[in-house]
Amino acid sequence: MADAPIYIDPKLCKGCGKCVKGCGFGALKMIDAPGANKIGKIAEVDPSACRACSACIKACPFKAISEVKREVNGTADIASYKDIWVFAEQTGGKVAEVAYELLAKGLELKAQRGDGARLCAVLIGSALPAEAKDSLVAAGADVVYVVDDPALADYEANVYVDAVSQLIVKHKPEVVLAGATAVGRAFFARVAVKVRTGLTADCTMLKVEETQNKDTGAMQMLLHQTRPAFGGNIMATIMTPNHRPQMATVRPKVFKKAPPDASRRGEVVMESLKLIAAKTKLVEIVKDPDSIDIAAHDILVSGGRGLKKAENFKMLFKLAELLGGEVACSRAAVDAGWCPVSRQVGQTGKTVAPRLYLCFGISGAIQHLEGIRGADTIVAVNSDPNAPIFGVADYGIVGDLFEIIPALIEQLSAS
Amino acid sequence: MHVVVCVKQVPDTTNVRINPKTNTLMREGVESIVNPFDEYALEQALEMKDRFGAKVSVISMGPPQATVVLRDALARGADAAYLVSSRAFGGADTLATSYTIALAIKKICDGAAPDLVLFGKQAIDGDTAQVGPGVSEFLDVPLVTYVKSLEVSAGADGAPAGWRVVSAMDDGEHIVEGAFPAVMTVLKEAAPPRFAPLAGAIKAAAADIAILDEKVLAADASKIGLGGSPTKVVTIFPPPVKGGGEKVDARDDATRGARGIVDFLSAKGLVK
Repeated sequence: MADAPIYIDPKLCKGCGKCVKGCGFGALKMIDAPGANKIGKIAEVDPSACRACSACIKACPFKAISEVKREVNGTADIASYKDIWVFAEQTGGKVAEVAYELLAKGLELKAQRGDGARLCAVLIGSALPAEAKDSLVAAGADVVYVVDDPALADYEANVYVDAVSQLIVKHKPEVVLAGATAVGRAFFARVAVKVRTGLTADCTMLKVEETQNKDTGAMQMLLHQTRPAFGGNIMATIMTPNHRPQMATVRPKVFKKAPPDASRRGEVVMESLKLIAAKTKLVEIVKDPDSIDIAAHDILVSGGRGLKKAENFKMLFKLAELLGGEVACSRAAVDAGWCPVSRQVGQTGKTVAPRLYLCFGISGAIQHLEGIRGADTIVAVNSDPNAPIFGVADYGIVGDLFEIIPALIEQLSAS
Repeated sequence: MHVVVCVKQVPDTTNVRINPKTNTLMREGVESIVNPFDEYALEQALEMKDRFGAKVSVISMGPPQATVVLRDALARGADAAYLVSSRAFGGADTLATSYTIALAIKKICDGAAPDLVLFGKQAIDGDTAQVGPGVSEFLDVPLVTYVKSLEVSAGADGAPAGWRVVSAMDDGEHIVEGAFPAVMTVLKEAAPPRFAPLAGAIKAAAADIAILDEKVLAADASKIGLGGSPTKVVTIFPPPVKGGGEKVDARDDATRGARGIVDFLSAKGLVK
């Protein structure tokens, strides 16, 4: 058992089983130990399942469980890492919305630290317009690091990795955030490995708080990175105590952007790097005319399994037109081939935060609910009064959508 | 040509539920499955085998019971399977996992990188999509993600010479070309996985699966398992629950139901 991150003292374990119930990872079980105590059982840990979360230590009434201290192996000179960075993804000189959302969160993190750490944006590309840099300052960046190089004209994962890793090595940021877009997810994971630190994907909550380092006992300002795990069935808070930078990605629309403030002042630092040659060649970008960014719409009319066939989505398009919105769908509708994946809402689709999410025939699997958590108002129609969607809907109608949608279309057309 | 496919055994997360009394995951009765995205990665590899006679090796990192997913891959046509498994690997995060899998790939390829390493886009239990890119860094091989289709061109000698993929990005489909070696992550939009023929299943059941542990891989003890993982899970808790609002039963009167929605939306200023 030398490999397990926790130690269970057989002399103190009373066989009560509270640790087994307290473990969220199924890593503990009770094994027979005749004579060890009155119950005749003691706890055993499965080291491959244990995540050292210490829930069992708190759950044990007899203080029988303790953490096994390990030698700290982390980034050298950890105190020299300063500043909070946001990767500002851009296409054709236009900064992605998620970068502004992350800068808004970055301002909060900076305030939580309150130690003079600066909020910095990293902008890489070719022939980048001044407006892009200015917009990042207006969104809160104290510093904008710019790499403007023809080699960065198009997204090429390997060159992007090189550019951002070089900047991290040079400037030593303490926190680096990126949007969990297709670009952000792909190259950022490799950046984290290149600089040998941890990365937490798809965080839904971030905060900086003074926290005790379990390995060294020291108090540190650590980034608390919270994300859904196991298909959104459980939330996990993750930290990177001994490595720098602390890196995380956040999906678009999870945080709200703040209004830009043109009076903010920031420094633009032009960085000239010697970049590696591209490893792959982008031949062309094919835009799908059916592809649509549902996350960009304020009103979404969404359909799921209850729509029964592709043709019935026509009703939703009519309704969306009347409401000035777009049509979205659940995973079930994509799997059935009724809708393209670009319209899918949920954990494997898009996270959306519209003003109105009006949905029909969607039961509300946890993965779907994860994707609409940011919606201001949710209205649901479902034939099953016990559908989980009603648990999150601000207004719910139990009824037959095939009767209600035509009635809605009629009433909205009349008004 | 040598193609290595990395597959993961995952709990069928669509069936994972939370025990409302204890707020912990209920794993009992939750089936273990091959990560669905990895099946599509395997299919791409098997197509290389059909066309170029490529050797297909599969690797899985996990507990001994993960041999099930390796036998499944062998049954479908993979040539060799390796289980990366040891208690010392337990609790590995994506950095430690990437390091360990990269070592295993180098081991089975005698220190070199294979022509192609394929991963599914992400695993459905962690949903991080980080291990494929992480392994590409440790192997120092170019990375291509979100592959929707993969074409390999043959050179004058009929051997595979280069590749062209469709990579699904946010601003459209990127048509990308490159040379071998490469690490790619594959989407479910790629060619559907084939079924295992009965003969394959019988052969796979008896196949030898080599176990690669930290000694075989000569792994640096400070880079594996929980100790080699920069990220630590500090707490877990159930997802926040938002309370539902008014619920109206309109099963006997759809017009009233529709009126209720219109009134609600009007009150919120959501109807033009």
